[in-house]
Amino acid sequence: MANYSTNEFKGGLKVMLDGDPCNILENEFVKPGKGQAFNRVKLRNLITGRVWERTFKSGESLEGADVMDLDMEYLYTDGDMWHFMKTDGSFEQYAVDRKAIGDVEKWLKEQAVYTVTLWNDNAIAVSPPNFLELEVVETDPGLKGDTAQGGSKPATLSSGAVVRVPLFINQGEVLRIDTRSGEYVSRA
Amino acid sequence: MTPSPDDWQPSATRETLRQRARLLAAVRAFFAARDVLEVETPILGHAGSTDPHLDSLSLRATTPAGRETLWLQTSPEFHMKRLLAAGSGPIFQLARSFRDGEVGRRHNIEFTMLEWYRPGFSLAALIDECEALIRTLIPAAGAARRRRYRELFREALALDPFTTPLTELQRMAGERGGLDMADSDRDGCLDLLMSLVIEPTLGREGIDVVVDYPASQAALARKRVDEEGTEVASRFEIYLQGIELANGYDELTDAREQAARFQDDNRQRAALHKPAVDVDRRLIAALAHGMPAGSGVALGIDRLIQLALGKASVAEVMAFPTPRC
Repeated sequence: MANYSTNEFKGGLKVMLDGDPCNILENEFVKPGKGQAFNRVKLRNLITGRVWERTFKSGESLEGADVMDLDMEYLYTDGDMWHFMKTDGSFEQYAVDRKAIGDVEKWLKEQAVYTVTLWNDNAIAVSPPNFLELEVVETDPGLKGDTAQGGSKPATLSSGAVVRVPLFINQGEVLRIDTRSGEYVSRA
Repeated sequence: MTPSPDDWQPSATRETLRQRARLLAAVRAFFAARDVLEVETPILGHAGSTDPHLDSLSLRATTPAGRETLWLQTSPEFHMKRLLAAGSGPIFQLARSFRDGEVGRRHNIEFTMLEWYRPGFSLAALIDECEALIRTLIPAAGAARRRRYRELFREALALDPFTTPLTELQRMAGERGGLDMADSDRDGCLDLLMSLVIEPTLGREGIDVVVDYPASQAALARKRVDEEGTEVASRFEIYLQGIELANGYDELTDAREQAARFQDDNRQRAALHKPAVDVDRRLIAALAHGMPAGSGVALGIDRLIQLALGKASVAEVMAFPTPRC
């Protein structure tokens, strides 16, 4: 991979730091009135998800990280690994381990398309689509006529996630959920 | 990278550009009232700045002497000092200046420097004038206080920047910045601590004027011995709202000392693997002829306008900052 100098750092650039691939979030050029310049850089470690703040001497460089975000369809899990397939028509499959799946496990739905982050061709992270349509598999019976008032109850969805839904929702209904906040949006 | 045609529009609003023009007119009126002459000096010169931490841009031009390398000036300092040596009296300039690689919220490769020189002024008198100018543009800037470089480090970091051993400075700077400073010199470590720890706290309750810098950071300022018997640079910097606005010197007028500092700069540049810069021999000749003793200051007018208008970056007060130029 190419090396990138601090003046090429910008949001979205993927670089290697301390052996881990990182995504640059912010790069600020700082310099005392006279004297040496530095860059204060915020990076997200793509393995741990942690945000790091590091300072570099201006002109220093970091090795680029071979990181790609690809659209992939979720196929199935064998219990140990989760299997995804590229949507580019190649039918190429990738197996994702528990560490890389992380919290996304509760948002998995067969045939839905996820963003899979590959580092050196290994899956290191999965992000769900912002909105998913999921069926309610368990909730208290709906309250008829209560369509306008507030109030909510927990509902278990087909993917395993538990979300708060309005009181009028029934088991078997398909709901639109915002996966970023884990909130109910509407009936699908 | 190919510039996107979608970025054709200015990054400053029409109202901001009107305000900018008003503030620049106020600067000119300020100096006219004080009988300081406005001058214009070249943006291109046969010599550049040797400062180890400034990167000059240069270009090849066809002149009566043939194909020559000319340098885009990092500030109008050298030409203005030649005017002083020629007997100009007090002068000011709003000068386009260029520093390669400097782009960020407070930096733009091409920017406007307000620089002025006051023959016969002490550093203290020039600091007073800077404060008056800042208050003209930002009436609510608050009271000014003098802050000694040494005291700032003692208060914020419990260390003496002049006597703390280098290994201890390297350890502290490395720890604060999260990087390896083992191969950095004293000034490199102090610069990092200043940038990361001290600067953000300056100018929060008014105008902070930092004085008595280490002698090794004198640049083009005279050196003197302070009350504690330490050699310091007769230099000041002004901070407002965490932003460095101005850098002033009790100007070095000794031609031989100036020539030695240029050479020392180029030695430092070589150690940093930076190209040598053509030394301004005409400036040295002007100093040898005789430049009146006095003080001078360079103020980043884009930053002052940014603060006066309550904007978040210099780009917001420029029509076309570097990414859109």
